[in-house]
Amino acid sequence: MTSPLLQLSGIKKAFGAVTALNSVSFDLRPGEVHALLGGNGAGKSTLIKVITGAHMPDAGTVAVGGHPISRLTPAIARSLGIACIYQQPALFPDLTVTENIGLRLESTSPFRRVRHSERRRVATSLLRQVGAGFTGETAVYDLSMPQQQLVEIACAIGAGAKILIMDEPTASLTQPEQELLFGVVDDLRRNGSGIIYISHRLEEIFQIANRVTVLRDGESVVTRELVRTSGPDGTSICQGFDEADLIRWMVGRSVERTPIAIPPASAPNRLTVHALGCDVSGVRNVTFDIRAGEIVGLTGLVGAGRTELARMLFGLTPADTGEIRLDGVPVTISSPAAAVALGIGYLPEDRRRHGIILDLPVAQNISMSVQSRIFPMGWLRPDAEKTLAEQYIRRLDIKTAGSGAEASTLSGGNQQKVAMARWLATNPKVLILDEPTQGVDVGAKSEIHQHIRSLVDEGLAVLLISSELAEILALSHRIGVMRLGTLTAMFDGQPSAAQLMRAALGNQEPGDQPC
Amino acid sequence: MLKWSSRELTVAGVLVILWLGLAVFAPDFFSPQPLLSRLTSSAPKLLVGCGIALVILTRNIDISVGSLYAVASVAAGHASHSAPTPAVIVAVAIVTGLCGGVINGFLVATLRLPSIVVTLATMVTWRESLRLGQQGVFINLPDNSQWFSLSMVPGQWTVVLTALVILASLAWAQKNLAAGRHLHAVGSDPEAARLTGISPGRTTFSAFVLCGVLTGLAAALNLVQSPQIDPNTGRLLELEGVAAAVVAGFAVSGGRGRLFALLPATLLLVSISPALTYLGAKPYWDKAVHGAIILAAVMADGLGRPKQGSRSQAA
Repeated sequence: MTSPLLQLSGIKKAFGAVTALNSVSFDLRPGEVHALLGGNGAGKSTLIKVITGAHMPDAGTVAVGGHPISRLTPAIARSLGIACIYQQPALFPDLTVTENIGLRLESTSPFRRVRHSERRRVATSLLRQVGAGFTGETAVYDLSMPQQQLVEIACAIGAGAKILIMDEPTASLTQPEQELLFGVVDDLRRNGSGIIYISHRLEEIFQIANRVTVLRDGESVVTRELVRTSGPDGTSICQGFDEADLIRWMVGRSVERTPIAIPPASAPNRLTVHALGCDVSGVRNVTFDIRAGEIVGLTGLVGAGRTELARMLFGLTPADTGEIRLDGVPVTISSPAAAVALGIGYLPEDRRRHGIILDLPVAQNISMSVQSRIFPMGWLRPDAEKTLAEQYIRRLDIKTAGSGAEASTLSGGNQQKVAMARWLATNPKVLILDEPTQGVDVGAKSEIHQHIRSLVDEGLAVLLISSELAEILALSHRIGVMRLGTLTAMFDGQPSAAQLMRAALGNQEPGDQPC
Repeated sequence: MLKWSSRELTVAGVLVILWLGLAVFAPDFFSPQPLLSRLTSSAPKLLVGCGIALVILTRNIDISVGSLYAVASVAAGHASHSAPTPAVIVAVAIVTGLCGGVINGFLVATLRLPSIVVTLATMVTWRESLRLGQQGVFINLPDNSQWFSLSMVPGQWTVVLTALVILASLAWAQKNLAAGRHLHAVGSDPEAARLTGISPGRTTFSAFVLCGVLTGLAAALNLVQSPQIDPNTGRLLELEGVAAAVVAGFAVSGGRGRLFALLPATLLLVSISPALTYLGAKPYWDKAVHGAIILAAVMADGLGRPKQGSRSQAA
């Protein structure tokens, strides 16, 4: 057997306290499509970044074509024939296709003379190879997303890439475009290239992959060969495992649910959302409700529309269809200020960027949303502010040098608690938490979980968005699953992680409760 | 309780050293009448610096203030012919400044155009319209408008104290009113401010309007000092204002700076040219020293805040 194109063993990578990859082994043979699967946060993106040289692994070895590489940089990776086609192609929109291909493939010396005819010839032949239906003179600006992906693939082929990484290439493709792409992939495979194929569409995996590796919590848990045999009707049948096995591997051991008090069914509806939709954010026809004292979990794949829904409820991208009722009263939420006035709080996803204002002291961050209440007529009263801040520093156990310390001096978990304190200070009716424990260490995480649990005792309604199934299962009374911009399932009772994953991937089984 | 920030102390320290040096080597600098005159002519600059600093606080810039200052002066000058009272001059200048600020604020905050381009455009527009309308002709001002119809020395004190009182109240408001904090929040992180329910648009608009009003008021404080007005007045005033704000520690990236620091910063910058004259240095050193001070201020900001870089890496 020929040596593998790429061999990774024992790869480890941590970012601060968070371990992204913990002993991953992976190999790619010439002429195969090796599918890489895993839930959100399983470590797929980090692994790709290790392969393309963007991240140095903390431990483990990378070998390309049988030769171990000690320091893989993006430039070395490229020279070894590793290319990645991202979901969002990184082309220059104002330049033509030919110019983009030229920039990618030709020398970067600034004083080299551009040979236009040669450049055109290369681009034309590459575009023909990938079956592109447009010419090199087209501006990238005018191309659709799948067409741009073809340009990326053309660049990869032109650069002589032997190892091609495709990150959810079909996410935005229509059926015929997908067939075309699979044709190109087949050609590449026949020419001896290896393709690492990442997709959430399981049926595609069975259609195109030769092998499958499943990542979970930063570890490679399973690598299996797909054996295809021809069925009686001529279609190929895969043996060895099926979609249910894949989902089981992705989810792992059953997650234990800590029993939490179910709010009485008689509790009034705090938030009722009916047929809510918004063109700009691609969310449509979402219907659900949250009772007082209830935590409703919301999960789904990245890009399923969870954060977009939260932004609609907070007035950042106001909904254009449907109805929102708060305590039974229909409301219009046209701006964040309106949402705050109505008693809705939103803890955004990217805490480091927008959750808190890093330049301002802890106390000012906490009082930010209640200024009109504690400062009548806009007069600041530092004592009142300090009292308020210290009350929440105690209650949420925020570790800070004092209420006057700048928020940037706190650790991630404590910054998140400051952001939570700000919303608790508003006495909200509804609190939307978007990935509240993303990137915080394990200790702070369980503390934040405790605080979320105790919040609802006072009758708050919480919408908890998280990609982490364990978190959703541990905290939620009910769990909604979003897929392709709409709420596709709502689980009462205790769904298994596998049920949630199936719903997120769109593989409903008869046993699952429909919405 | 007035807590001094390190920047205020540094700038005030440099100013004190400069003044002490002058007291030793050129005691004439402190003879009362030229000193009061210099303070009086600096008062408008202090207000313009205040306006620009407020805009910089929101992560924007206003370079149209010099032209707006000239427009406000000319408008007030014309108005003084039909109603020759100091009150009319002050009112017309302020309203003109307000209109200029509203236009900038609308274009930047409402239409979300970049402030550097917007205020470059308004700067050229005001200046050229003035040239077209006025053809460089000076406007004579009625006698009773001078020094608010007071005699010279009380008039000078009125100008200086007006500017100081306005600076003090704005500095107080920056610290003690919620609106001041909104400026900081929007300048530090507009998206985060929006997510807490503050409107970045309204806040930025208000900063531009306030800047326009302060520019108009500055023009009025300048008008009362002279018998006639040059339609070319206020050239490079915007750069003096930006320089004062930078020396006072206002971060061009927004969100940082205390208005009170503008007082030592403006005093330092306006002391340099007379100081050089009194110390017998050649006048062309003037701009070089100005430049060196601004550069030192910017470097102090850059070196003093290494955590900015580490923060972006942490993501």
